[in-house]
Amino acid sequence: MIATACGVVGALCLIAACKREERGLRVDPPSSSRVNSKTLSELRPGNVQPVSAPNEFEENAFAMNEGKRLYEWYNCVGCHAHGGGGMGPPLMDAKWIYGGAPEQIFATIVEGRPNGMPSFRGKIPDYQVWQLAAYVRSMSGQVSKDAAPGRDDDMNTKKPEQSTEEQKPLPTGGVPKSAERPQ
Amino acid sequence: MKAEENTAQNDETTATTGAPSAQEAVPAVSLIEDQERAELERTWRDEPGLWGWLRSVDHKSIGKRYIVTAFVFFLLGGLLAVLMRLQLSRPENTLLGPDLYNQIFTMHGTTMMFLFAIPVMEAMGIYLVPLMVGTRNIAFPRLAAFSYWIYLFGGITLYVFFFLNIGPDTGWFSYVPLAGPEFSPGKRVDIWSQLINFTEIAALAASVELIATVFKLRAPGMSVNRIPLFVWALLVMSFMVIFAMPAVMTSSLFLTLDRLVGTHFFNPAEGGDPLLWQHLFWFFGHPEVYIIFIPALGFVSSIIQTFTRRPNFGYTALVLSMIATGFIGFGLWVHHMFATGLPQLGESFFTAATMMIAIPSGVQIFCWIATLWSGRPQFKTPLLFVLGFFFIFVLGGLSGVMQASVPVNLQVHDTFFVVAHFHYVLIGGAVFPLFGAFYYWFPKMTGRMMSERLGRWNFALLFVGFNLTFFPMHQLGLQGMPRRVYTYLPGTGWGKLNMIATAGGVVMTVGVALLIANALWSRRRGRAAGDNPWGADTLEWATSSPPPSYNFEYIPIVQGREALWARTTDDAPIVTGLRTNCRDVLVTKTLDAEPDNTMTLPSPSIWPMGVAFSAAVAFIGSCFTPWAVVWGAIPLFVSLVGWGWPKPKDETCDLTPVDEWSDEERRKEARRAQ
Amino acid sequence: MSVRMRRLGRGALRSCVLAFYALATTSCTGSQSILNPAGPNAGNVSRLWWLMFYTCAAVFLLVIGFLIAALARTRRGRNKTPHVPDTDPDARRERRMRGVVAGAVVVTVIILFVFLVASFTTSRSLYALADPNNLRIKVNGQQWWWQVEYENDVASQTFRTANEIHIPVGQTVTLRLTSSDVIHSFWVPNLGGKRDLIPGHETTLWLKADKAGTYRGQCAEYCGLQHAHMAFVVVAEPVEQFNAWMEAQRRPAVQPVSAEQQRGQQVFLSSPCVMCHTIRGTDANASVAPDLTHLASRQTIAAGMLPNTRGHLGGWISNSQELKPGNRMPPNPLAPEDLQALLSYLESLK
Repeated sequence: MIATACGVVGALCLIAACKREERGLRVDPPSSSRVNSKTLSELRPGNVQPVSAPNEFEENAFAMNEGKRLYEWYNCVGCHAHGGGGMGPPLMDAKWIYGGAPEQIFATIVEGRPNGMPSFRGKIPDYQVWQLAAYVRSMSGQVSKDAAPGRDDDMNTKKPEQSTEEQKPLPTGGVPKSAERPQ
Repeated sequence: MKAEENTAQNDETTATTGAPSAQEAVPAVSLIEDQERAELERTWRDEPGLWGWLRSVDHKSIGKRYIVTAFVFFLLGGLLAVLMRLQLSRPENTLLGPDLYNQIFTMHGTTMMFLFAIPVMEAMGIYLVPLMVGTRNIAFPRLAAFSYWIYLFGGITLYVFFFLNIGPDTGWFSYVPLAGPEFSPGKRVDIWSQLINFTEIAALAASVELIATVFKLRAPGMSVNRIPLFVWALLVMSFMVIFAMPAVMTSSLFLTLDRLVGTHFFNPAEGGDPLLWQHLFWFFGHPEVYIIFIPALGFVSSIIQTFTRRPNFGYTALVLSMIATGFIGFGLWVHHMFATGLPQLGESFFTAATMMIAIPSGVQIFCWIATLWSGRPQFKTPLLFVLGFFFIFVLGGLSGVMQASVPVNLQVHDTFFVVAHFHYVLIGGAVFPLFGAFYYWFPKMTGRMMSERLGRWNFALLFVGFNLTFFPMHQLGLQGMPRRVYTYLPGTGWGKLNMIATAGGVVMTVGVALLIANALWSRRRGRAAGDNPWGADTLEWATSSPPPSYNFEYIPIVQGREALWARTTDDAPIVTGLRTNCRDVLVTKTLDAEPDNTMTLPSPSIWPMGVAFSAAVAFIGSCFTPWAVVWGAIPLFVSLVGWGWPKPKDETCDLTPVDEWSDEERRKEARRAQ
Repeated sequence: MSVRMRRLGRGALRSCVLAFYALATTSCTGSQSILNPAGPNAGNVSRLWWLMFYTCAAVFLLVIGFLIAALARTRRGRNKTPHVPDTDPDARRERRMRGVVAGAVVVTVIILFVFLVASFTTSRSLYALADPNNLRIKVNGQQWWWQVEYENDVASQTFRTANEIHIPVGQTVTLRLTSSDVIHSFWVPNLGGKRDLIPGHETTLWLKADKAGTYRGQCAEYCGLQHAHMAFVVVAEPVEQFNAWMEAQRRPAVQPVSAEQQRGQQVFLSSPCVMCHTIRGTDANASVAPDLTHLASRQTIAAGMLPNTRGHLGGWISNSQELKPGNRMPPNPLAPEDLQALLSYLESLK
């Protein structure tokens, strides 16, 4: 009986948990083509209602942790600091200039944005961009808490992502003035 | 003895009133002894069925299921080991990837240390100690049940998560920062660190019971200098558990806090220190190996004594050396950390301490050889395992002495040399005696003998397989192969020896399979054992095999160090007068074992399991959210209240005395007795 | 004991003796072996090792000899009343045995004491290499490679390389060991014992090579996925050769000459490579991955895992995750001609 009960519980957990801890060492990145295909378009996703495209990495602890590492390695931290912002806008609040959906964040990283955000096209492999996007969303507590990264072994300036309260993205108020003019 | 005198009358009163009226239809629960037995049986037995099984507080049934569970984990850990050996059998093998391999070697170590080695030793203690000291049950029977359940839940948790790909992957030692929040994302390490809590609580509970049993429930006459060596060993082990476990529980708590709520115990940037983990862990981790090894000394002593047909040579020396091992065992944890760079003085101190522990081990080995020298050895399977123990353990001990030396240690530390060394000490020093003990006490536990023929084969395969597996590893280590590598390059030249080791692993597997086959076969078909098939001297052999639920009909009185050998006549003195209709045990004085008092032990209860279950829920929940500690406390509190709920004063003694039984009851009891 | 058992036991014993013999004679070769010392540090340790080995082997044989003698002895007197326990052993024999056991304990203590003294002296000899004038090399362990920095009081004279340490023969070098992620352990068996690299601590190790040669080292503290492939080589070479090597390493990377190499450089600078690697003298100056300024001068790539050949390098760049799953280098699906150009460029970085 115990064995059966364990079996049932195990099977249930299996469905929920298996992917959660998967370490994608040989990565098949979530589809990147749908974003890349749009790159020549005039449209900026900031004004568009985000098409819901869940980023599988937001459920995966390892991928988000990789995102966190890359956030430092690729020097995102140089402008956005640890989420509080500096030269670049903060990433841990509810405001998203160019939209806070995974796809939009992906596009922001790949294409760059006016006024300082460089394009990383060709510099960062797509799957790593998705990892970064997942991590960026974890900074405002928008991913599952049990997969979000914990504290790191450095001076800690803010709460770890797993303890960050969720900041529901505000309705995007349009592209800021500074970004309207082409640079 | 006093105990005998004051109870003689009691007997007589029963005799005059207790004779049943002549009724032919009622099968004879007629003699006084039978009546008493029936009444004892009714008082002490578990209720039938699953419900009774879950509620059991009988040390024998708990001990047995503890042993079986630990053995199942041993098999699981062994299978993982086979997988690792297969992966390493040739260079650049791709059977297992690094992620899976790392989980597997971590699970192997964790299983063997936390789910097999400590629990199985305590389980043997829970089963045997009350029998050996001549009492009816363990001192805190509900705590024993709790210990088992929490251990079982912990083990199941670990394996369920492992099969969900959430198996820990940072080694059984889980060094930070690798196991910290930054480098081990996900819940893998959290599960590991909660498992520590499960098993440590189980171990602590078992140790408390064992100590109380040894100190207070010994049969009259079993003064301190007459305690069997096995019981001494379990006593020393229990004390070691009580002093060692808190260190690892502290460290795993710190780790959980670091990972879950972002504290900085191990974060050097915020004033923490990764070395703190190592100190706390090894302060437990080194005594741990003696916690595993010392009960094995007890097995060896028992087996040698029985099969050489003479008392162990140097009883006092053996006891003192066990105690010394227990003490010194706490003074040498730093030899696991020589490579971290210590001040020279510190190095010297721990070198000296580490070498010192070879002295009590030497005393033990020499005493046993002296016993064999002057005894008349009978080469039964248990003794064969003990002889295997000598060969393997002495070799492992010597390679251990080498590692006490800092310079040598710096070379061989974390190489396969160390893997070889500690398998020689742990398998040779603990598992061989344990298997010997298994053959030795199997007749007592089941009433049937194990097959000698299969036993010899089993021993031979294990012995050959073991040496084939682990001896080449010494050389691999010297050739520079580090531990915990999931593969190696062809150019290193390690392939051949690894292949030999893997072959040895297969032989060992067959050996273990033979043990299982033997146990399963013998349980059904084995020769009936009788009370004392080996002619042994300790009290557990004075009762039937398997022992009745009340262990002894009369508590024996011990007249010499070798209790049964000291009995010259058949009518050995006994204690009578313990109430048979309630769970009375005799409490004796700690040193002299003079009768002191009686104590009524608690009845079966589901609550130990309930407490274990709610604790398990709280533990697992707190891997995911700190709030689990808060809401998890509610069911825990409820079940603890249930556990401790006071009974009406004599509820435990309210069974109908045997002479007032109805015919129906008589019939039932008679049937049960058959 | 049945005949079969005895034969088995004897066979096992014989094979163990053989194995001991094998242990004593082999494993004294190899470039990653404790018993093939190439410097005073490892040499002293191996002397101590052999002392302990022979002593322990003797002790082992003695103990097992006594055990076998005990068993053989009792076989003779086996027939008299085997089952009656001997509860009152002969007092004189007991006293004699007590003497023997006590003697054995005393011998044990003496042996341990000898070991202790030998160990202390060897320990001291390891520290004797410490000298502030030694060449200083800073080694930083990272998952799963080694960053090596040759320190110099003149800042411009320091330089970085990876996974390959050159040392002058006959001179002691001081290694300052740090880690920027998890605990690693630096170990070159032929030169000396290991020392951990611990975040938040700095540890020191002194090494000296007496013989020129290439010695392999490997991380000895479990450090995650690719712990198995975190190796490096130590090249001990004569002083002049070493100085020449150091001079070469200090220079920035050579400029590409051929058109293909130039194109390779462009590929390097416009691809993900530049996000992590440094090539001194170009715009690439990220510091999270090995410095590639003189990549072509190294013997291995991928932290001692692969020989540094064009083929391996190409495979590594294209998809290192297939070779060393979990390492931090992402796959780089470059166009074939781009890859070839990149390889030509990298091969020119002598």
